[in-house]
Amino acid sequence: MQQIAPMEASVRTERSRSEIVAFMLMAVALIVAPAVIYPLFLMKALCFALFACAFNLLIGYVGLLSFGHALFFGWASYISAHAAKVWGFPPELAVLTATAGAAALGFVAGAIAIRRQGIYFAMVTLALAQMMYFFAVQAPFTGGEDGIQSVPRGKLFGFLNLADQMTMYTFVAIVFLLCFLLIYRIIHSPFGEVLKAIRENEPRAISLGYKTDRYKLAAFVLSAALTGVAGGTKALVFQLASLTDVNWPMSGEVVLMTLLGGLGTVFGPVVGAFIIIAMQNYLAAFGQWVLVIQGVIFVTCVMLFRRGIVGEIASLLRIKL
Amino acid sequence: MKRIIGLATLAVAIGCGTAQAQYSDGVIKIGVMNDMSGTYADLTGPGSVVAAQMAVEDFGAAAKGLKVEIVGADHQNKPDIGSNVVRSWIDTDKVDVIVDVPTSSVALAVNEIVREKNKVFLISGAAASNLTGDKCSPNTVHWTYDTWALANGTGNAIVKTGGKNWFFLTADYAFGHALERDTAAVVEKNGGKVMGKVRHPFPATDFSSFLLQAQASKAQIIGLANAGADTTNAIKQAAEFGIVKGGQSLAALLIFISDVKALGLPTAQGLVFTEAWYWDLNDANRDFAKRFAPRNKGIHPSMIHAGVYSAVTHYLKAVTELKSDADGKAVVAKMKATPTDDKLFGKGTIRADGRKIHPMYLFEVKKPEESKGPWDLYKLRATIPANEAFRPIGEGKCPLVSG
Repeated sequence: MQQIAPMEASVRTERSRSEIVAFMLMAVALIVAPAVIYPLFLMKALCFALFACAFNLLIGYVGLLSFGHALFFGWASYISAHAAKVWGFPPELAVLTATAGAAALGFVAGAIAIRRQGIYFAMVTLALAQMMYFFAVQAPFTGGEDGIQSVPRGKLFGFLNLADQMTMYTFVAIVFLLCFLLIYRIIHSPFGEVLKAIRENEPRAISLGYKTDRYKLAAFVLSAALTGVAGGTKALVFQLASLTDVNWPMSGEVVLMTLLGGLGTVFGPVVGAFIIIAMQNYLAAFGQWVLVIQGVIFVTCVMLFRRGIVGEIASLLRIKL
Repeated sequence: MKRIIGLATLAVAIGCGTAQAQYSDGVIKIGVMNDMSGTYADLTGPGSVVAAQMAVEDFGAAAKGLKVEIVGADHQNKPDIGSNVVRSWIDTDKVDVIVDVPTSSVALAVNEIVREKNKVFLISGAAASNLTGDKCSPNTVHWTYDTWALANGTGNAIVKTGGKNWFFLTADYAFGHALERDTAAVVEKNGGKVMGKVRHPFPATDFSSFLLQAQASKAQIIGLANAGADTTNAIKQAAEFGIVKGGQSLAALLIFISDVKALGLPTAQGLVFTEAWYWDLNDANRDFAKRFAPRNKGIHPSMIHAGVYSAVTHYLKAVTELKSDADGKAVVAKMKATPTDDKLFGKGTIRADGRKIHPMYLFEVKKPEESKGPWDLYKLRATIPANEAFRPIGEGKCPLVSG
C-alpha cells in the first residue's frame, strides 16, 4: 500500500500534464486559426464547442442524457438577441442576461426532470424543450419563423467595436476558453467528484450521505447556464436568433457532437463540434449529400471508435484528455 | 449518380472568354443558395443551378467575352448556415450576386449581409413580402412571387369567378395569421364573405376535426392558410372526406408544382391557387421545360426555377451595360432603370422597392382524365394583370420609397 500510493500520485500528475499540454495546444491553435480559417466559421464552431462541452458536463460526468438542450441554447439566443436589439443592451450584458435566463429555465426544467432517470429523464427534457419550442413559434417577440434579424453586435465594454470580425473573434475565443476552464475546474473539484460518484453508482452515493438530487440539479443548472453563454454569443455572432436553435434536431446535433468527440472527455466535445460544423459548412456544396456523409461518418465512429475520437486517442496514448 | 456528378461539378466555369479588367477579379460569380436536400429540394434545389446555367448559356456570355462562374450551396433551411455560406462566398470566394434563397428566415438574414457588403441579392425562392416592405434593401430584387401576391391573386380571382363564401383553415402562427388576414381582406373587398375560420396547431398531422368544421360551414371555398407539409396533409385528408366531390373547392394560398405533383391528380384535382409561371402556358415556356427537364432528373421547371433564369438574365444584361459588377447598389439601380424582357416572364419592370412586376395566374389542378402527361397538371382559370398582381408600392412601408 505504501509503495502504491506515490506511484498513483505520479500517474495523476502525468495525466493532468497531458491535459495542460492539450489546453496549451488548443489555445495556440485558436490564436493561429483565424489567419488560415474563415473567422465566422471559427466563431460558430466555438459556440457549438462550448454548447457541447456544457452538454458533456451533464452526460459525461453525471450520466444524465438530456434530449432538450436546444431549449437553453435557443432561448438564450432569443434572450440575447432581444436584449441587444430591443432593449439596447451592450453585448456583455446581453450574453449575461441570456446566461441568467438559461439558468432560470434550467432550474425549472431540471427540478422537474431529475425526478426520473434514463429514458424517462430524456423524454421529460425533450417534452419541456418542445413545449418551449411551440412557445417560440407563437410568441410575437421571437418573430415566429422569421426569427429575430439584424441584431446589433454593439460595443463591448462601451469601446471595443464587435462589428469588426477579428474583435468579435477574440471576444468569442476568450469567452470559450474561460468557460472551458470553468468546466474543467467544475469537473475536477470535490463537487465534480461527487457528480462522478453519482454517475457510477447513485444508490451508493446516497448511502454515503450525499443528497444526490441537489447535486444533479446543480449540475443541470450549470450545464444550462453554460449552454446559455454559447447560445447568447451565437446570436451576436450571426446577428440573428431563429427557430433552428430551439428545435429538437439541435438537441440531437449536440448529442452527436459529444458522442463523436468522446463522452466524458474534456476535449472530446470540442473536437466533435468542430468536425460536425465543418461538415455542415464545407460540404454545403455537395447539397443533399451532406446528411448522408454525416450519417456514414457517425456510423463509422460508433462502430470503430466506441469511446469517440478523443477517447480513443487518450486510451491509445494512455493519457487523460 | 447523375445527382453526384451534377453537384460535385457544380462550380463549373461557363464560357472561357478573356478576363475583363472591369469586373471584380475578372469574373462574374453567381452564388445559387437554396435547399438542396430538404422539403424544397425539388422546387428550388439543383434545378435552380441548372436554370442559372441555362440563363448564362442563353445570354451568350462566352460569345460576349464575359466570364461567368456559378457556385451552389445547400443552406439546409438554417439561417446560420446560410449566413455563414454567404459571408464566406463574398469575403473569400468573391461572389458578386446571391440568387434564389427560399425560406424566409434565411432570406432575411442574407438580405442584411448583402446590403452590408454592397453586393446583389436576387430572390426567387423566398415568399416573405416584407423583403420589399419594411425590410427592403437597395441591393435586393424580389423576383418571382410573394405572400401578398398569392393571397391577393387567389382571393381576388376566386371571388370574381363566383366563389363568394369562404372558410379559412389557418396554421396557428404568425405566418398563417398573416396569410389569412391578407386573403380575408381581399375577399371582403371584392364583395365576398368570410363565414368562419379554424386554427390548427403548427405543424399538424391530423386535420379531421378542422376539415369537418369546414365541411359543415357550407362555404363554397375552403382557404388553406398554411404551407408545406400542413397544406399537403390537409389536401390529402380533404380528399378522403370527399370535400371537393361534395361541391366545395379548396384554395391553397401557398403551394407549388412539386407539391401538386407529389399529391397526384386524383387527390389534388380541383385545387385552386396562384402561381407566377407554368411550363405549359406558351411555346417559349414549353421549349424551356423541354431543355430544362433532362438536365434536372426529368423534373419540370417550377416558377422558382423560371424566376432564377429570368433574374440572372436581367442581371447579366445590367452588368454588361454597366461594364462593371463591383458596386451592388449601382447594378440594382441599373436593373430597376431597365425594363425587363426575357422569354419566360416577357416584358416587365422592377419597382423602386425592389419588387419585380409581372402578371400572376390563377390555376386549377386538372382532373386525372383531363391530363395528357405526367407533368400536365394545371389549367388556367384567370390571369391577374401585372398592375393588380402585387402590393401597391405605398402600402409596403418600404423606407426606399417614402424617403
